[in-house]
Amino acid sequence: MGGFLPWLMDPKRRGAMLVTPAIVLLFVMNIFPLMWSFGLSFFHYKASSVKPPRFAGLYYYEKVLSDPVVWERFQTTATIVSLSVLTQMVIGFGLALLFAKKFPLRREILMLVLTPMMLSFVAVGVFFKLFYEPTFGVVSYLYRSISGEAMALLATKWGAIAGIVIADAWMWSPFVMLLVLAGLVSVPDYLYEAAEVDRATPWERFKAVTFPYIKGLLLLALLFRTIETFKLFDLVYIITAGGPGASTESIAVYVYRMAFQFFKTSQSSALSYILLFVVIVLTNLYLYFVNRREREA
Amino acid sequence: MFASRSKSRSVREAGWGRTAICGLVGLIYFSPVLWMVLTAFKTRQDALATPPKLFFTPTLDNFVSVFYRVTESGAQFSTGMSLFFFNSIFIAGMGVLLALILGTMASYGFSRYPLKGNDTYLFVILTTRMLPPIVVIVPIFLMFRITGLSGSYVGIILLYAMFNMAFSVWMMKSFFDELSKDVEDAARLDGAGEFKVFFRICLPQLKAGLAATAVFALILTWNEFLFALLLTGNDTRTVPVAMARAMGGQLGVDWGLLSAIITLFLVPVFIVTYMLQNHLLRGVTFGTVKN
Repeated sequence: MGGFLPWLMDPKRRGAMLVTPAIVLLFVMNIFPLMWSFGLSFFHYKASSVKPPRFAGLYYYEKVLSDPVVWERFQTTATIVSLSVLTQMVIGFGLALLFAKKFPLRREILMLVLTPMMLSFVAVGVFFKLFYEPTFGVVSYLYRSISGEAMALLATKWGAIAGIVIADAWMWSPFVMLLVLAGLVSVPDYLYEAAEVDRATPWERFKAVTFPYIKGLLLLALLFRTIETFKLFDLVYIITAGGPGASTESIAVYVYRMAFQFFKTSQSSALSYILLFVVIVLTNLYLYFVNRREREA
Repeated sequence: MFASRSKSRSVREAGWGRTAICGLVGLIYFSPVLWMVLTAFKTRQDALATPPKLFFTPTLDNFVSVFYRVTESGAQFSTGMSLFFFNSIFIAGMGVLLALILGTMASYGFSRYPLKGNDTYLFVILTTRMLPPIVVIVPIFLMFRITGLSGSYVGIILLYAMFNMAFSVWMMKSFFDELSKDVEDAARLDGAGEFKVFFRICLPQLKAGLAATAVFALILTWNEFLFALLLTGNDTRTVPVAMARAMGGQLGVDWGLLSAIITLFLVPVFIVTYMLQNHLLRGVTFGTVKN
């Protein structure tokens, strides 16, 4: 018979057929734009001007990589990421230990802890901005009534960083908790019983029985949160807008301002590509550990 | 024998004592949300009082003025907020629907008919979700400006379909991978066609998974800010953008009003989180970690 339709419906092409529509949409809305901006990064181009693009070679990559401001923004981002992810790991781990056992009303109480990570960054940013407000904010009030001194948390560099870290860690500690909980639940009962028979101390039991079951998940939590916090934008935008000065400006906020306030289109494209590279490396690492964990299971 | 059994249970179970401790911790953890909700019921004076008021006479004024305000001459005017709420629902709904249809098809393909380089495709798809949105947004902004999609429903819906595609594919693939293929093969032996296998055998088993994926994607989209900030116009603005704009007001922020908007904005999220609890782990890790 031949013809287009039978050719298309051939079982050999079934996989490709099913996948194509999704890939096409991703290509048009994501991969093509990325290729475009890759192209732009080699040209002199300003989105706000009508001048046609002029070839620039690697000029913008050199410019971005040798710019001390870029490195400062990377440092700021790294500081926020490491402080926040570390806090999330510690608090999330503690929460998981608390909720690891069955107890009455567990599901309802767990709700209270899990909700923050489902909230919007903008809403959370607004909450915390209100709490930090120097005159009538709750946090400032509590600090004042304990120490007797006024507090304007967002007025100093480290205060503002702390403000962002607290909000972000509050949102995402439940994420770490969920992963650790999954590990804790998967520890087989007989191992605990064996530990009981061997009269292991709680610390020994944790080290020998519990930890092997959660270490893989802890690593996944660490990587996942690092990738996600690396792109931190909304919280910074709402809580500090990068201030005071530019001391809390994360790399994502910096690219945003470069692209949409100063219209340095080529430069922001070049910097975007450096970010993309970092994320690809981290995502690869994450999937490597996901697959390793699945093979072990 | 009995003693050891009751002890082994005690490793897994705790009583009301643990309920009390966890309840307290939970309440403290949740208190920022509670405070925001309380603020929504305060008058302007109460919201700005020092020391902050825990007890006050509640008012619904803020909720009314989210949607309507009265000018000094007594005329009522709409704030446009109902349109923004509609936009948030409509745009998220359409974007998620599109992503879910295409994503479920694709995930079925990836799971049942692996292509050459299947893992590479899946990796590229996941990367589109992991990369900072700011990386893609510059060219998308230019693309939308040229095609005139900027500020239109079609543009932002397509964008959100893309935004949810990786999530839908990975989530649904994790559900498909868990299904036993024996049932499908048995149906094929009985002469069922491919469409029948997919719609009659696979999908009915995945109702819960499909619902979880849909609802999760809806929340992610409902909360999204950066794309909406740059690519929606006055008529297509979503609630997060409206909230951010309310923060930047010239006459000082009306915290009661803002809290009321947030409270309304959060209600669906609470309900959904409660329903989704068993799928939360899979959802937040895009299907890469399962219980």
